Amino acid sequence: MSLFSSFWQPKKIRGGVHPEPRKAATSDRPIDVAFPMPAMLYLSLQQHVGQPAEPVVKVGERVLKGQLLAIGQGAISASVHAPTSGLIDDIMDYPSAHPSALPSPTLLLEPDGEDRWIDGLAEIDPFSLTPQEVCDRVGAAGVVGMGGAAFPSAVKLNLGRRTRIQTLLINGGECEPYLSCDDRLMRERAADIVDGINIMLHGLECNKAIVGIEDNKPQAYAAMCDAARPHGGKIEVAQVPSLYPMGWDKQLIRYLTDKEVPAGGRAADVGVLMHNVGTAYAVQQAIRFGKPLISRIVTVSGDAVRAPRNVEAPIGTPLADLLGFCGYQSEAVARYVMGGPMMGDALPHPNVPLVKGACGILALTETELAASDAKACIRCSRCVSSCPVGLLPLEMMTRIRAGQLEAAIGYGLKDCISCGSCSYVCPSQIPLVHYFKYASGELVSRQQAQHKAEQTKRLAEEKQARIDRYKQEQAALAAQRKAKSQQQKRGEAA
Amino acid sequence: MNRLLASAPFARSDSQVQAIMKWVMLALSPATLFGIFIFGWPALLLFAVTLLSALFFEAACLALAGRAVKPTLLDGSALLTGWLIGMSLPPWAPWWIGVVGSALAIIVGKQVYGGIGQNLFNPAMLARVALLVSFPLEMTTWIHPAPLFSASAPGLLESFAITFGGAAAADGMTGASLIGHVKTEFSQGHGLSEALNSGGYAFIKSFLGWRSGSLGETSSLLLIGGGIWLMRKKVITWHIPLSMLMTVALMAGLFNWIDAEHYPGPWFHLTSGGLTLAAFFIATDYVTSPNSATGQIIFGAGCGLIVYLIRTWGAYPEGVGFSVLLMNSLTPVIDHYIRPRIYGRDHKGRPLELP
Repeated sequence: MSLFSSFWQPKKIRGGVHPEPRKAATSDRPIDVAFPMPAMLYLSLQQHVGQPAEPVVKVGERVLKGQLLAIGQGAISASVHAPTSGLIDDIMDYPSAHPSALPSPTLLLEPDGEDRWIDGLAEIDPFSLTPQEVCDRVGAAGVVGMGGAAFPSAVKLNLGRRTRIQTLLINGGECEPYLSCDDRLMRERAADIVDGINIMLHGLECNKAIVGIEDNKPQAYAAMCDAARPHGGKIEVAQVPSLYPMGWDKQLIRYLTDKEVPAGGRAADVGVLMHNVGTAYAVQQAIRFGKPLISRIVTVSGDAVRAPRNVEAPIGTPLADLLGFCGYQSEAVARYVMGGPMMGDALPHPNVPLVKGACGILALTETELAASDAKACIRCSRCVSSCPVGLLPLEMMTRIRAGQLEAAIGYGLKDCISCGSCSYVCPSQIPLVHYFKYASGELVSRQQAQHKAEQTKRLAEEKQARIDRYKQEQAALAAQRKAKSQQQKRGEAA
Repeated sequence: MNRLLASAPFARSDSQVQAIMKWVMLALSPATLFGIFIFGWPALLLFAVTLLSALFFEAACLALAGRAVKPTLLDGSALLTGWLIGMSLPPWAPWWIGVVGSALAIIVGKQVYGGIGQNLFNPAMLARVALLVSFPLEMTTWIHPAPLFSASAPGLLESFAITFGGAAAADGMTGASLIGHVKTEFSQGHGLSEALNSGGYAFIKSFLGWRSGSLGETSSLLLIGGGIWLMRKKVITWHIPLSMLMTVALMAGLFNWIDAEHYPGPWFHLTSGGLTLAAFFIATDYVTSPNSATGQIIFGAGCGLIVYLIRTWGAYPEGVGFSVLLMNSLTPVIDHYIRPRIYGRDHKGRPLELP
């Protein structure tokens, strides 16, 4: 068996597609830091995975830049801070950055134009802090995964420290088309990122980090190599092939460390933790300078945008302002997308605020979408060879169309990462990922319905048991009373 | 706005069903034109009849099923099916052979299953085998190459009479295909070298396609060229063609090594009958072949094995059609058992153990 397995090394990369990069429009321009402060900032209390944050300021209160506005709740959550100084105008339900633009609790902050920081901001030496303090401060600064997942970073750091991870992987893949915010960040602020990586390593009590950068970003790679050189041996910068979805954490883990995360497990199970380059930068800002996460670099692109570029904008900026800043023609837009085109969310309109996890805002024209009506599947199996997970999308799709969701699970529905490679290559334009998302949602709601039915049944049974017990007790009491009165009667008779 | 995608990805590759069909037909064109050139006008007439009737039956079925005719008809799949049938017919067969073949392929082979993507068997091979079993005489009347405008070739009017009027080809024009000839010689107790000699076999002629055989399957050279071009275009992968050809070559090599007088060698097999056409263009049919790489290798090897078995010990001289159909029937089974390993799971689908 060992001989056999040594012959059949698992391939380092499976599947994947080469979508047209479309990055050139934004990757050669410097990050625009001159974005004017919007008239109003809309700070959603739910910008992260986990529980919404709870406001700690009142309507009408004056706040300073960097001041805590809402505090994270429970084990998985993140706090929200003021991106600038100003007045808390309202706390209300406002359309959120979600495909439905569903209104969600949002803090409205009216900037006062002074942009005055909170007091006591000073640079500190991060390495004088204990690892626990580093994690706590990352949490207090509201840092979440900047690559799109928006998972609270402190939770991940704590988990990594508890499980004694061996390698910290830094994801500079940025495999989604259009996006270049990580590319620009690495080119312009490599030293800060490397500093952030060192701080994370300190917080994790780990001494090995690998930065993975796709080989279509040679300048970013060179900049990061230069910045990491003084920390040789500790921080390694590696080039990875440009292939979507190279930035999928498990793909990058297998490529860079030869380890495969078991199904249902986490990266930490194989001794690896992965963070985005943007997160490393946010951690550096939070720990070294005490600046919470209040702004981010976002790629504004798409054919409907006249001057596409990367913009550093405060969290809570209405996307329409950002698009307007880059000169977009709203009549040419066929679809607004938050994130990249492969995995991002469609937005019904741009009047939603920028959130911490938004790496791109795209205004796509009809030509770019290249959408057409779905045709019959010809079983060409391009979806099979493009799937990075090793699923059979066409079989899953047929089962889901027939309503056999359980059978689709047998083909790996639950292992699907919704990367969109299958939909991308399908010559019949079948929206495969759409089917899988529908099926996963349907399975969850079925599970919930079943759970509810079980609960109802249990409650009904318990109620019946209570009634029965009560009846029995009543009967026993009645019998007791009867016996007693008979005894008395007998006593009187005697 | 609502007609457009509501869910990611918001980008599409430029591969389209129509383009795939177009490329396959382009790759088939050199071999087809060569076939029409060496077999003359009757071949062209038969080919045209087959194509047109395939389109007609497709349109009729779609209309009958109440589906939109135009988008499906224009995807090129019916045209390709007709094309493949045309290539696998004896070049001077009467017109109705082409029409019946198209009807069998489109109606029985494809539309009764529910149209494109739903059929279990390759429509063109289903038609070929059904025709061979039903009309053995018409389906085994082979013509010696008589190129267009050459002295021995029939003129256009004469050709109309051959294809549509049932006029018989001149005696000297017809003869057994080489693969059939060798088989007959074997049954009469002659050895291989003698059979090849009397059959006028020359490897280079066979490889170029200067031999009697079906309309479009004589030129191994042009078919291999077209197949390699399709691989470069990423329309097909190497798995099925290579495993099919290798299996035939290995079997032929093995038996030829054991007894050279009774078992023709690999070169003879690779340049005979419809093997190259089937390996690159028919066994690779998306709909009826397995969808994993490993499954495709098994499928191709199975096709090759059955071709060799039928050619060597079966009753028919050629076994390509049967072998593809038999392996088609195994495709669902192969797909059921041979699946790619899912990331983070072992081959049985259980999560990997932690190191």
